[in-house]
Amino acid sequence: AMDTDLSSQDRKDLDKFIKFFALKTVQVIVQARLGEKICTRSSSSPTGSDWFNLAIKDIPEVTHEAKKALAGQLPAVGRSMCVEISLKTSEGDSMELEIWCLEMNEKCDKEIKVSYTVYNRLSLLLKSLLAITRVTPAYRLSRKQGHEYVILYRIYFGEVQLSGLGEGFQTVRVGTVGTPVGTITLSCAYRINLAFMSTRQFERTPPIMGIIIDHFVDRPYPSSSPMHPCNYRAGEDTGAVYPSVEDSQEVCTTSFSTSPPSQCVFTVTKAHFQTPPPVVTDTLKVPVMGLAFSHQLSSSRLSYQPAALGVGSADMGYPVLFAGGLNAAHPHQLIGPGKEGGVPPVPSQPAHGTQADQERMCTPLDGVHYSAATPSSSEDTETVSNSSEGKCGSPHDLLETIFIRKVGAFVNKPINQVTMANLDIPFAMFAPKNVELEDNDPMVNPPDSPETESPLQGSLHSEGSSGSSTGNTHDDFVMIDFKPAFSKDDILPMDLGTFYREFQNPPQLSSLSIDIGAQSMAEDLDSLPEKLAVHEKNVKEFDAFVETLQ
Amino acid sequence: AAPAMNCRAEVLEVSVEGRQVEEAMLAVLHTVLLHRSTGKFHYKKEGTYSIGTVGTQDVDCDFIDFAYVRVSSEELDRALRKAVGEFKDALRSSGSDGMGQISLEFYQKKKSRWPFSDECIPWELWTIKVNVVNLANEQERQICREKVGEKLCEKIINIVEVMNRHEYLPKMPTQSEVDNVFDTSLKDVQPYLYKISYQITDSLGTSVTTTMRRLIKDTLAL
Repeated sequence: AMDTDLSSQDRKDLDKFIKFFALKTVQVIVQARLGEKICTRSSSSPTGSDWFNLAIKDIPEVTHEAKKALAGQLPAVGRSMCVEISLKTSEGDSMELEIWCLEMNEKCDKEIKVSYTVYNRLSLLLKSLLAITRVTPAYRLSRKQGHEYVILYRIYFGEVQLSGLGEGFQTVRVGTVGTPVGTITLSCAYRINLAFMSTRQFERTPPIMGIIIDHFVDRPYPSSSPMHPCNYRAGEDTGAVYPSVEDSQEVCTTSFSTSPPSQCVFTVTKAHFQTPPPVVTDTLKVPVMGLAFSHQLSSSRLSYQPAALGVGSADMGYPVLFAGGLNAAHPHQLIGPGKEGGVPPVPSQPAHGTQADQERMCTPLDGVHYSAATPSSSEDTETVSNSSEGKCGSPHDLLETIFIRKVGAFVNKPINQVTMANLDIPFAMFAPKNVELEDNDPMVNPPDSPETESPLQGSLHSEGSSGSSTGNTHDDFVMIDFKPAFSKDDILPMDLGTFYREFQNPPQLSSLSIDIGAQSMAEDLDSLPEKLAVHEKNVKEFDAFVETLQ
Repeated sequence: AAPAMNCRAEVLEVSVEGRQVEEAMLAVLHTVLLHRSTGKFHYKKEGTYSIGTVGTQDVDCDFIDFAYVRVSSEELDRALRKAVGEFKDALRSSGSDGMGQISLEFYQKKKSRWPFSDECIPWELWTIKVNVVNLANEQERQICREKVGEKLCEKIINIVEVMNRHEYLPKMPTQSEVDNVFDTSLKDVQPYLYKISYQITDSLGTSVTTTMRRLIKDTLAL
């Protein structure tokens, strides 16, 4: 007769199975909400690192979050592991879409074989989870994320909270597996009323006369919320370093026996399991005027491959042209013409909130363009050296010139300065002096949980489709290559097609976000009287200026 | 052939437009086979074996607002596409009202002594009944895309429910028996032994086989 009490080896195995099952469950759910098609390869020879004989990738950040939530515990009665999937719009509205619950109830199956039947049934349950994650409403929403909303996940452990799903939510059961210590159940409760979405479009300000406005500065994720975006960059690791699953060293080499049950063999071996090296962002090298120019694409997503744009060595940042008219002393002060010989001084570090102000006042004066300093921020970098721009002095005199990524107006995160590569350029004295490494560049290594969208995202087809921002009517339209007519530009190191592709999905304008928008709005209003006073004072200068134009 | 006594039988019904037939069938068949395929077995000494890894991938449908997961095996995909393609062609050319059914049967082989041939004993039978509809305009087609997508979501949930019952599955075979339980011909995955067959229903609403039987019965009754 078989001993009905669980042997200690069985108990250890069972605990391990449940733990890794929980981690894999989280991976499957989050990966299914990344907005991209998942594809893993079958392998006939067991690699020893694929739990439950399924090829499910382990995204380190996700594992980290799951372990944090579990804090060394396992799902038990009254202690469920929940993965909450929610949607957050560009305006800051958020809504819970689904709660995936991994629960344990008291119904035990003492007879069941742990190392064999339970294991195989857990594998089957994961397959069911793969299938079910594609049929709830949130899947289609997550495939279209990027333009107007993003999908976020949150893991918590304890009591299931379904109140955020609204009325009339539905439940789907993924499956159950009986074990000697209880029955594992996996289910999903999902919201069915999704009709709230507005179709608000972004208004893009067109570039102003040669200024490339870079909207693609990552918006820092509000630190108060524990949410994480489902689409993030798993590759770059100099930001937050997540240890690759430390127990991945304990791999599961399953070995089953077809002999009578008493000889069932299950071995767990320790082996090294290296997560694959992170994917480095691709950059594009475009020769301009005989010199190589590197510019970095604002790719930021897990599997974004800018194949259409070519690949080059990782290097520098966006080419940005110049902005004018900033006053060093007072960020709010307008620059009048004729000051200091027509060369307005470059401002020093204005405060974050006022930057938007500043930018708004940028106008090219007298056809003179020069580099503008922007406030430094520890996370951002920009180091670009480039062949000269036609607008910056004589192109032939300059070997290198400075480009600063100018933050677009109303974008709520400042970027820092760029260094001068060559002091021969005009107005070099006004150029900011700091250099920051590419490593700090959020375009290469994003901050912890960025929330922006990639330019090429937003459609069901992951390769090359021109994502329409209005939704699903263009699913069958796949843009292979975008070659606009007359699109070659000698001056800028990118053609119109590249430009179009890259700038399709600008991040949200800061004034559209409730918190920051309100903040700068308030500041604007506060500063109005001051500005008016200044304007009045300078009325004569303005009039003179206007005269010169006539 | 009618299912044996211990054979579990599940029936699913879908109404689709002609061009949606293939994708709808593939979605259902692949979902079933996802649950009924394992990694390749590698037998070692002393009757133990290890199991390979099954990869999966997302498939987007072109004519249906739907996506599903299938096993990453080109051989398996090809086999299913071939069967579904034949079914679709038969549906189209039958001149019937566009009704038919495709069946996926999992079976075990029982070796018999010569001169008897091996028996095939089914243990699970999935039948998908298809009704092809004709739509008049683009607007109807668009609605159909969405509706069929929703219906398929329901079917996937149904399939998963059945799978979760953990009912009879063949015992894990020894090395000498493995080909009686699993299809070991594929190089990267190992589905249970299966066969796909289909029937087209003629315009009288009866399947062709039953029509023949009735004719014979009627003849004999005279």
